[in-house]
Amino acid sequence: MRPFGETEFFFIVAALRWTAALSIGALVIGGVGGLLVAVLRVQPGRIGRWAAMGFIELFQDTPLLLQLFVAFFGLGLVGINVDAWTASMMALSLHTAAFLGEIWRGSIEAIPRTQWEAARALSLSWLQAMRLVVVPQAMRTAVAPTVGFLVQLIKGTSVTALIGFLEITRAGQLVSNVTLQPFTVYSTVAGLYVLLCWPLSFASQRLELRLSRSTRRTPAGAGG
Amino acid sequence: MPFVPGGCLQGWGRAGLSGDRAGVTYIFQFGPVFAAFDDLMWGAFYTVRLTTLAVLCGLVLAVVCTYARMNGPVWASRLVLVYVEIIRNTPLLVQLFFVFFALPMAGMKLTPNQAALLTMATNLGAYASEILRAGVEAVPRAQIEAGEALGLRPVQIFRFVIFRPALRAVFPALASQFVLLLLGSAVVSAVAAEDLTSIANVLQSRTFRAFEVYAVVLAIYLVMATLFRMAFRVAYRALFERQRWS
Repeated sequence: MRPFGETEFFFIVAALRWTAALSIGALVIGGVGGLLVAVLRVQPGRIGRWAAMGFIELFQDTPLLLQLFVAFFGLGLVGINVDAWTASMMALSLHTAAFLGEIWRGSIEAIPRTQWEAARALSLSWLQAMRLVVVPQAMRTAVAPTVGFLVQLIKGTSVTALIGFLEITRAGQLVSNVTLQPFTVYSTVAGLYVLLCWPLSFASQRLELRLSRSTRRTPAGAGG
Repeated sequence: MPFVPGGCLQGWGRAGLSGDRAGVTYIFQFGPVFAAFDDLMWGAFYTVRLTTLAVLCGLVLAVVCTYARMNGPVWASRLVLVYVEIIRNTPLLVQLFFVFFALPMAGMKLTPNQAALLTMATNLGAYASEILRAGVEAVPRAQIEAGEALGLRPVQIFRFVIFRPALRAVFPALASQFVLLLLGSAVVSAVAAEDLTSIANVLQSRTFRAFEVYAVVLAIYLVMATLFRMAFRVAYRALFERQRWS
């Protein structure tokens, strides 16, 4: 048995880089995927819309842990050599794509129909209207929930500890096993998560508040 | 539990992918999984039971917290704020480890099932109290005054002017929080509490059919979550849409 000292503390802190790497990686890959899902979800073609809807349902209505297990045990079957890192990255990216896709679909659909009509009147194509007229406006409403989801994503990375990926929760488990001081260890781990997540939660709340104030200030009747 | 080597569905995998690149051919065998279908159904029942209990306890906690946050003394309001922020900014898994491994050090020994229930109820309490608060705050002050002007008693004002409209406003948000808890409950398998994922883990180690087991269990969760969402939609209609005047 070892005491919980500086070495043990910094072992957990060092694992922060893997929590951060997973979160950032999943945000980037999942962000691209989410954009694709959101656009598929609102475009006129029926097949693409249904496919995107099915994808969102599948990932929003099943546990992240099970998605992770299926990625971890499933990829090996098709001949791809998966380690915990690849499986975690993949499951979290798909998970993120589904959630961000749904969030961004909402923001896109919140843009009034008349904006589309105005873009059409200017003879913009569908893709141009989307890119130049709708998306820039939708981004304003999308920021707060996207930052909010980021908190959910960072917390979600903890689940990868259960397939043995060494991020801070797993580091906590290991240190707790050798020091037999779970109280100190898990408080430390929880504290680190709060340190990562709380500023984002706070920012998300502030952004939401600012947005609701700015929309309330528009003249009566606008947005109908 | 009978172990059926290769089941009626063994042939499924032949049309699927085989790992040629790795030099092995994998044949999907769902037979052993479906042979243990009874176990999986029990697992689903445990998960639903655990989630339901956690929702009930969590809601009571949430109502108390919302009341303390909005009408209680300053210290109670601050305490609730800290509780909500800590829960919302840490993962359920870490909360579970804390409850199961750390609380015994403080003299609170819990079985895995008790730890799972306590963690989930505490977790839901924080989220639900934030949702409830938003609902109560959305009731305009003028409506309460209108209720007073109509001579309603305080209990009646609470019931008809605050509680019902607030519940109606936040019902969809609460419902999706319950579904999130149902899905999040999969992590309680990490301390071997009774639930669907724990049963899946046992089945996996007995049959070595990891992919098949987890794919089927994933589908069961999908069905459960969809049924829950449907049930909440029906409940919403029954509660709030039938009588528009109340």
